[in-house]
Amino acid sequence: MTKQRKAVSLISGGLDSMLATKVIQEQGVHVEGINFYTGFCVEGHTHAIRKKDKEKQKKNSSLWVAEQLGIKLHIIDISEEYKDIVLNPKHGYGQNLNPCLDCKIDMVSRAWQWCQDNDFDFVITGEVVGQRPKSQRKETMPIIARESQIEDRLVRPLCAQHLTETLPEREGWIKRDELYDFHGRNRKPQFALAKKLGIEEWSQPAGGCCFLTDASYSKKLQDLWDARGERRYEVDDIMLLKVGRHIRPAKNFKLIVSREEGENNFMRGYRPQFTYLYPTSHGGPLTLIDGTPTEEDLELAARIVARFSQGRDAEKVTLEVVREHNQPAQVVHVKPMPAEEIPEEWYIH
Amino acid sequence: MSQHELNARNLLCPIPVIRTQNKISELSPGDLLVVYCTDPGTLHDIPAWCRVHGHTLVSAEEQSDEIVITIEVNDA
Repeated sequence: MTKQRKAVSLISGGLDSMLATKVIQEQGVHVEGINFYTGFCVEGHTHAIRKKDKEKQKKNSSLWVAEQLGIKLHIIDISEEYKDIVLNPKHGYGQNLNPCLDCKIDMVSRAWQWCQDNDFDFVITGEVVGQRPKSQRKETMPIIARESQIEDRLVRPLCAQHLTETLPEREGWIKRDELYDFHGRNRKPQFALAKKLGIEEWSQPAGGCCFLTDASYSKKLQDLWDARGERRYEVDDIMLLKVGRHIRPAKNFKLIVSREEGENNFMRGYRPQFTYLYPTSHGGPLTLIDGTPTEEDLELAARIVARFSQGRDAEKVTLEVVREHNQPAQVVHVKPMPAEEIPEEWYIH
Repeated sequence: MSQHELNARNLLCPIPVIRTQNKISELSPGDLLVVYCTDPGTLHDIPAWCRVHGHTLVSAEEQSDEIVITIEVNDA
C-alpha cells in the first residue's frame, strides 16, 4: 500500500499560499497549514485597536484560508525568537526594516523542523520567482532551501517548473507537470489559476502582512533604537509603535498621543508601565511618555497634549500627570502649544 | 471530563487563538475550556480555529466588556 504523503504549507492568508496549497492537495497529498506570529503581523491589530475600524471585518485571513481549503492550521508564536531576525539579519534589510530573506529562511527552517517532529514529508510555500525584490528572486530560492537545511524537500508549486526538481517530484509523490511556471509581478496567472481551482474569494492585505515593510513603522522602530542607544525591543514596544501619534521633542523622551477612543482604551492597559498624562479641564487624549523626562520635559509634554485637546484654543488647560500608576497625580495648568510651534521633525512618521 | 479556564483578556489576535490552541493540546476529549477575551476579533477567530481543528464551539457571547467562549475538546 502506498504511503499517504503529508506536507505542511506556510499560510500567510494571501492568494499565493492558498493556491500553492490547493495545487498540492489536488495531487492527493495530505496538507496542513502553519502560520508564524512574529509580533509585526498587520493582521487584525489596528482594526482591533481603532474604534473607527470597528465595523471592518476582523477575521484572521490565515484561519479563513485554512477553512476554505479544509485543512488544519497551526499558529505558532515566535515573537521572542524573532527578535534576532529583526536585529541581526544576516542578509540585510529590504527597503525598510524588513529582513525578508532571513525571515523566509527562518520560517522554512521552523516548518521543516515541525515536519520532522510530526512525521510530515515536505514543506510548501506560495513563493513566485521574481515576485518580490528581496526574497523571491531566482538567486535567493536556493539560498532559502540551503540555509533552512530543508534542501530538496521545499516545494514552490507556483513556480516549480523554473526551479530544480525536488525530492517529492523525483520520488513521484507529486507530478512536476501539474505544477506551474509563474514568474514576475504579473498577477494574472494567479487569478486564472484561482478561477480554474474554483477559488472565488481571497484576502488582499494592503501593504503586505508585515509592519516592517511599512516606511512609517520602520522609522518609529529606528527612532526607538536611536533614542535608547542600542538595538533592542520588547514585544510591548512594537505593539505601541502601531498606535498613536509619536512625537519626540528630545532624545530622552517621546510622547505617544492617542488619536481616538479605541487607541485611548488600548493605551490605558499600558499605564502601569509609563508616566502618563491627560487633560481634565477639556476632553483630550491619554498620552504615554516613553523615556526619562525631567519636570521641564513634562511641562512641555503637557503643552503638547493640551494642543491635541478640545481646549487647544483656550488660555489654560488643566492636566493630570501621573509618574507612577495608582499614585497621586500632579495637577498642572498650561497654555496649549500652538500647532505651528511644534516642529515637524518632532513627529515620527 | 473537567472544566478549565483561560484568561486571554487584553491580548490581541492571534495571541488568544494561540493560547487556546496550546491549552487545548494539554486537555482530553470531553473537557470544557472557557476562554475570557476582550479583542472582538476572537468572536471570529476562536470559532474558526475550532472548526478547522474539529472541536465543538459550545457558546460564544459578549458579556458587558468581555467575550466568553466555551469549547468542548474533541479527539481531533
